[in-house]
Amino acid sequence: MEKKSSESLEKYPVIEVSPHLKATSTTFTIMWAVSISLIPAALWGVISFGWYSLVVLLASIISAVAAEGLVNWGTKRLTIHDGSAFLTGLLIGFNMPPEIPIYIPVIGSFFAILVVKAAFGGLGSNWMNPALAGRVFVFFSFNQMGGSCWKKPRFLPEMVDSISSATPLSVVKSQGAECGINSFEFLKQMGYSHSAFDAKLTDFFNSSFGLTLPNGYFDAFVGNIPGCIGEVSALLLILGGIFLLAKKIITWHIPVAYIVSFLLFSWIFGGLQTGSGYFSGDAFFHLFTGGVILAAFYMATDMATSPVYPKGLIIYGVLLGFFTFFIRVFGSFPEGASLAILFMNMFVPMINKLTKSKPFGYVKTKKEAK
Amino acid sequence: MIKVKSFGRGGVHPSGYKKLANSKSIKRLVYSGNYIVPMSQHLGAPAQCLVSVGDEIKEYQLIGEAAGFISANVHSPVTGKVVGLRQISLPNGAVSNAVEIEPDKDFIDNMSSQQNDNSDFNLDEMPSEILIEKIKAAGIVGMGGATFPANVKLSVPKGKNCTDLIINGVECEPFLCADHRLMLEKGDQIFKGIEILKKILNPDNISIGIENNKKDAIANFININAEKGVGCNIQPLKVKYPQGDEKQLIKAIMGKELPSGALPIDLGAVVLNVSTVHAIYDLFYNGKALVERVVTVTGDAIANPSNFLVRVGVPYSFLIEQAGGFVDEVKKIVSGGPMMGFAVLDTSVPITKGSGGILCLSKSIVRDKHTTNCLSCGRCLNACPMGLSPAMLYKLIDSGKYGPAMKMGLMDCKECGCCSYVCPAAIPLVQGFKLGKRMGRK
Repeated sequence: MEKKSSESLEKYPVIEVSPHLKATSTTFTIMWAVSISLIPAALWGVISFGWYSLVVLLASIISAVAAEGLVNWGTKRLTIHDGSAFLTGLLIGFNMPPEIPIYIPVIGSFFAILVVKAAFGGLGSNWMNPALAGRVFVFFSFNQMGGSCWKKPRFLPEMVDSISSATPLSVVKSQGAECGINSFEFLKQMGYSHSAFDAKLTDFFNSSFGLTLPNGYFDAFVGNIPGCIGEVSALLLILGGIFLLAKKIITWHIPVAYIVSFLLFSWIFGGLQTGSGYFSGDAFFHLFTGGVILAAFYMATDMATSPVYPKGLIIYGVLLGFFTFFIRVFGSFPEGASLAILFMNMFVPMINKLTKSKPFGYVKTKKEAK
Repeated sequence: MIKVKSFGRGGVHPSGYKKLANSKSIKRLVYSGNYIVPMSQHLGAPAQCLVSVGDEIKEYQLIGEAAGFISANVHSPVTGKVVGLRQISLPNGAVSNAVEIEPDKDFIDNMSSQQNDNSDFNLDEMPSEILIEKIKAAGIVGMGGATFPANVKLSVPKGKNCTDLIINGVECEPFLCADHRLMLEKGDQIFKGIEILKKILNPDNISIGIENNKKDAIANFININAEKGVGCNIQPLKVKYPQGDEKQLIKAIMGKELPSGALPIDLGAVVLNVSTVHAIYDLFYNGKALVERVVTVTGDAIANPSNFLVRVGVPYSFLIEQAGGFVDEVKKIVSGGPMMGFAVLDTSVPITKGSGGILCLSKSIVRDKHTTNCLSCGRCLNACPMGLSPAMLYKLIDSGKYGPAMKMGLMDCKECGCCSYVCPAAIPLVQGFKLGKRMGRK
């Protein structure tokens, strides 16, 4: 009898508590799938801004992974291979201007992993998005972040220095107040150029749909504009986001709520900034020239720092849209997405509490309610 | 077009794997070795053993008597001789007293040719109290897995009315198709069983819930229903686990949430599994106490997935052998469905009244998942059909706070496994809840 049971123990070694089936997605597949979906946008950034931007990306990734390794060494728990540190590093690199001195993303990565993530208990326990916190930390610590690190993308014709060393958003923000015209129109007056590709598409749309679009939207959409390494190509980021949606890694709630609310707020109130009144804001200019697309698909959907119930996700997305718009148009910075997300991170526990539904069988029946 | 219903929140969609065995017709198995019949095959107190070593016993003879209200009689599956009384471990790991019976040789030889359709049974002459009494005497329990004594469900307490009789043909667990085959092959008999239940409960509505992945069974039932004019409502249901759970099924069919701690009868519902209904038919028309059931032997590591009609007390190893044995390296053998069943260590455990399936899974299905930190992704919250917060409950249990966990509704958890199924961090949530419940009760 004894012998028999030990035999069977060798034969069927796995004795586990149910369930015996598991869904295929794991922490590892989620983190690596998100990283993979960012590769096209990363490649575009490198093509557009040159080899140095690859160095920036690698420096952020390596330092984030090294910081995670340091934490692993200290806590004696191996988490370096789960891909989350890699992803944090990659996202920090995405949020860096292409000509940034290399030590800045390195400091950002270390801050993100050591202070924002590990100090609060590691993966899943941080209340603030580590990549954004790292970015905002260096943004406030080094004035180069706002200054001379921008670079004209490869496929945009030469233009005036004062324009090519800034992002379209910051030009409009700093000089375009009360100009009373469309943002791209204004940029053109300032000496901002556009590619032949954009001219063709704009002509095509204007002639076939009877529109009067100024040049620049299509450059902005595909990513042919100055900006941070990873956030310029709305097209590739949207494709990556669709991949994540198809893989069911993220749900539609945050991206859709965020983008729709951002567009609506920018359209209704965005015109106040340029002096053209209500319902005249250039919503698509705001959507495609900054970090909103990257933020909506990749930053705001960070699992640990977003609400958990569908209703909460929508509230979160709508408020993000509002604050991003608000900071961008009325605040003192050209960019609003990072700060809006960090700000909204604080409200996540509250949103969770408010949107929590009662457990099954606790809903009062009509009789009890009487 | 009939409206396809489902329960509201939560639930998961695991791969079905139903094709492995759902086209295999039910085959009667005759086992000539010693039968090991446990005294505890049901929910509640184990039965009191009535026989001793050396006793000659007959098929369907009472060998264990119900010990209390929530308990059930146990009958002998074969004619033969008691050769041993001992403790064995059941498929779920619990320990039970069991009677070992050496079957009579002549009996085994005649077993496959047994036919005794007692068609002179007249339902009209039987008062419902006697029907319930007989069901109790025959040791009939819920055969969907929970093995709750059927007579207790059927005895409607005073002051309450059964308005809805719900027949559970959902079979939402992946792999299993015992109920599916039963509905296809024994549809007439199930409807005869339903007529008996109609007489006992006198309900306003009779609904039969069947998931939409069993279209042939739904069609079969609609035909029989029209033919016989029983007036059942055949309700197709969206494929979603855990729809076969009593609470979810009531929600899907009646649209009402069963309050926490209440019994289905408080909403006027009685829920019975199709195989239980078939056992009730068998009792009245064939004079059989509950000693046999249909068992699906399936999995990706078995040669010929099959559905067997088999007596209780037959060891799992015999069924596996009859299904052609293993074709692949077996990583896990599971008693019951993959979502709530138990991994078994030893295939000498016997079939009981509640064994719906034996799954032999290879490593391509039993994947190793590495446990990581909780990502706070919220998938468990949205998967929980009971609307609980699995991740939070687990954190409380993990730090020994059983009291607060109970207050958050730990006892409402039915261990359906949806949370563990979806968890990307592979946190052993269900395991934690089982522990938490045990510690919390103390």
